[in-house]
Amino acid sequence: MSMHREINRREFIVTTAAMGGGLALGLSFPKSDARRTADVAKISGRPWESLTSKTDIEVSPWVVIAPDDTVTIRIGQSEMGQGVITSCAKMLAEELECDWSKVRAEYVSVNRHFRENKVYKRLNTTSSSSVRLGRPYLQQAGASARERLMAAAAQTWSAPRAELTVKDGVITHKPTGRTLRYGQVAQKAAAIKLAAEPAIKTPDQYTLMKKPTKLLDAPLKVDGSATYGIDVRLPGMLYAAVKASPVFKGKVKSYDAGAVKNRLGVHSVVEFSGEEIEAGVAVVADSYWHARTALDAMPIEWDEGSHGSDNSEGFFQMSRAVLDEPSVKVVTKLGDPEAVLKNAPQVVEAVYEVPYLDHTVMEPFNCTAQVTADRVEIWVGSQDPENATVDAAKVAGVPVEKVYLHNCFLGGGFGRRGNQDDVRQAVAIAKQLDGRPVKVIWTREETTRHGYYRPMRVSRFRAALGPDGLPLAWHTRVVGMDEDVFGAKLVAAEGGLASQTRNGGAPEPGDEQLIRGLHQLPYQVPNQLFDYHLRKTHVPTGPWTSVGRSQNEFFLETFVDELAHAAGKDPYQYRHTLLQANPYSRFSKSWIQVLSAVAEKTDWGRQLPAGTGMGIAIGDSRRLSRKEFTICATVATVSVSKKGEVRVERVDVAMDTGPFLVNPLAAERQVEMQVAMGLAATLRQEITIEKGRVVQSNFDDYPILRATEMPEIGINWVRATDDPIAGIGEEIIGWVAPAVCNAIFAATGKRIRSLPVKNHDLSWI
Amino acid sequence: MISLKVNRKTYSVDVEPETPLLWVIRDTIGLTGTKFSCGKALCGACTVHVNGKPVRSCVLPASQVVGEEITTIEGLSPNAQHPAQIAWREGDVPECGYCQSGQIMAAAALLSNKPNPTDADIEREITNLCRCGTYLRIRQAIHRAAQIAAKA
Repeated sequence: MSMHREINRREFIVTTAAMGGGLALGLSFPKSDARRTADVAKISGRPWESLTSKTDIEVSPWVVIAPDDTVTIRIGQSEMGQGVITSCAKMLAEELECDWSKVRAEYVSVNRHFRENKVYKRLNTTSSSSVRLGRPYLQQAGASARERLMAAAAQTWSAPRAELTVKDGVITHKPTGRTLRYGQVAQKAAAIKLAAEPAIKTPDQYTLMKKPTKLLDAPLKVDGSATYGIDVRLPGMLYAAVKASPVFKGKVKSYDAGAVKNRLGVHSVVEFSGEEIEAGVAVVADSYWHARTALDAMPIEWDEGSHGSDNSEGFFQMSRAVLDEPSVKVVTKLGDPEAVLKNAPQVVEAVYEVPYLDHTVMEPFNCTAQVTADRVEIWVGSQDPENATVDAAKVAGVPVEKVYLHNCFLGGGFGRRGNQDDVRQAVAIAKQLDGRPVKVIWTREETTRHGYYRPMRVSRFRAALGPDGLPLAWHTRVVGMDEDVFGAKLVAAEGGLASQTRNGGAPEPGDEQLIRGLHQLPYQVPNQLFDYHLRKTHVPTGPWTSVGRSQNEFFLETFVDELAHAAGKDPYQYRHTLLQANPYSRFSKSWIQVLSAVAEKTDWGRQLPAGTGMGIAIGDSRRLSRKEFTICATVATVSVSKKGEVRVERVDVAMDTGPFLVNPLAAERQVEMQVAMGLAATLRQEITIEKGRVVQSNFDDYPILRATEMPEIGINWVRATDDPIAGIGEEIIGWVAPAVCNAIFAATGKRIRSLPVKNHDLSWI
Repeated sequence: MISLKVNRKTYSVDVEPETPLLWVIRDTIGLTGTKFSCGKALCGACTVHVNGKPVRSCVLPASQVVGEEITTIEGLSPNAQHPAQIAWREGDVPECGYCQSGQIMAAAALLSNKPNPTDADIEREITNLCRCGTYLRIRQAIHRAAQIAAKA
């Protein structure tokens, strides 16, 4: 790093009187500090740093064993609060049969992953996939390492493998009672190749899994030592404050660098643009505050392009206008729904709308990058270090093997930190800085206004009810509003589109997320039509916890509630009847089990005070391209004051666990997170577009849930299926909005058909 | 040059007087446990103590705290043994963890002022935001911290 020492000393002077008045450069904190906390936390405060030493033995790319039996497990997924470091380590340790108290974790080397032919399988952390996709190969890695350690002991003793047992990292030769520890045989095991891979455990054989496990990284997050991307400090590092085109897809027309060049600490002004990089300007300085104040003082003129007058209301009008257009794409057609709807005595019809939503990660967007002739280094908290590396290489113009990405802790992800726009932008800036590292930090406002938003959406549902109040025919029409590139990217990420709709045509490639949650209804409806339109806007969209589903889940479960009320039935009983009546659905029994569990726990149907109501919703988060699902039912208990102020008192969740949960403690926290996030979105959040740009900016106009608004939460795990569930990271959030809005209806008789709730007058008598 | 007392050490820092304390702590002194999130004193991620009272450092000019006792999460206790930190670990409070330094600093200030706070005290005094919704665990941890402190 000596190449960076040319930095002007004035830029980093800090004198520490208590330390004898000596000079200290603004360096990263000493390694010993990170290690000390790591002893407690079992992972470095800088998770990309290896905790292993030269005397430790790498048994496999996943497993390193020290002479004192400490086991270091390498983690390919990104920790953003979901407990994934602990869960991944558990899945591997379940097979390794080591002593859990001696397990440490560290992130895999992303660079090695590329150099060694994707040795860590997959490094993205999206789509609730860490357990669903990771479990088989992590278990296999643990089993394989265990068998090699056992083989090494067998060799040492010249004993057959069958005479050996292992527990907590101690191998015993049963006939003689001799023992060897993992630390003693690791060296030999590292050289052993297995003739065949061992079988892995089935869920009924799990011991470590299923039990709640304390989170390995929690201690780092109570003393300030967890290093998030924004905390990275490097010798000679510069800071950049950025402004990207306020109107998406605009350009920089001009800026007056001369106005700020001579300000204290300013290093340079650089422009950035490129493929999938929102064009903009950065001021680079010796501190973030110097950079930011200079940027604020610098006049910039923008070329707004062709979207400078686009707005949300226009997008909604465009969507509503196509509700009646005939040429749409058909997903499902069963029977003759049009004829039944035309002749039915009772038709229920409703139009629903939801706005764009932002992720609102607590850690503002940032990325630190250093670009030299033969090496690109990146420090960032990323949900997708694999694609971030690919993008960094592309922007820098180097092969991927020359990119070294150091993944940090993520101050919230929710899908936002898997778009790589932070990395592309930082590399575009860094490559103009002659090899100096630069930390790019966005303001909260920039973070809010340059998101990849959950797409807005409009839908219309029409149902013909028979004399018994049950639907005879049903027409669902959805109008999606996505950015051009969104759908196609997601399909690629999910491994291609499977046209698995039950009857009728396949969705167009890229449209999968628009129809999720509305295909293959488990409710009995003999005549069905489900079709859609897709419209494009210039607003960037991306995966927001649950990706394409949460909008549709609000529509569907609100509509079912409307049908129940139109039929004069109880909303819980109505769903129960519709599920029971569907002889084609293999899910019905399990759905009923979960639905009944939440109804029972909440004493559904009991008398409530005036202005208080309960609402129910259920679904299973099923995918088009996969068989996995997670059945979840939610009851919200909501009170509404006469003035119309909404208070969500309780949220009760019943969820299918399948045969196991990897870490019930982490699972509980995922429920809490999704309730909090779902409530903020339901009650108050909307991103609106005016003059082509985002109106909202910070927590005052885009509020997240406050402590005083957090409801009590009841969690009920139900084993309703025998296959592993799809996941839990985003399988609860979709039912929050319909449960709350159905409860508001029960409390006030006012039906919420568009979100957020704050836009509705809910005052009563 | 201005002189700041942070975690019982005195630092002479070469910053303009109006620089927010947050950025002096993070960039100049190099203590990154205190977080930037909103920049407008809305969320509390940047909470530090000035003379034991919780303040939001992202809008506080450094010049206003010259000579005052400033404490950050790093200086809250030796070896992270403040009752709030113990309770936070016991209760596995943090999820993403980004807001938790600020939450703990706010909680520690509350506990020193009110050793046995009620739910209402917590609701009124701890207004820090958490996107992961750890609020219920924070409330439990504050009550637990009060117990730990009482026993000590």
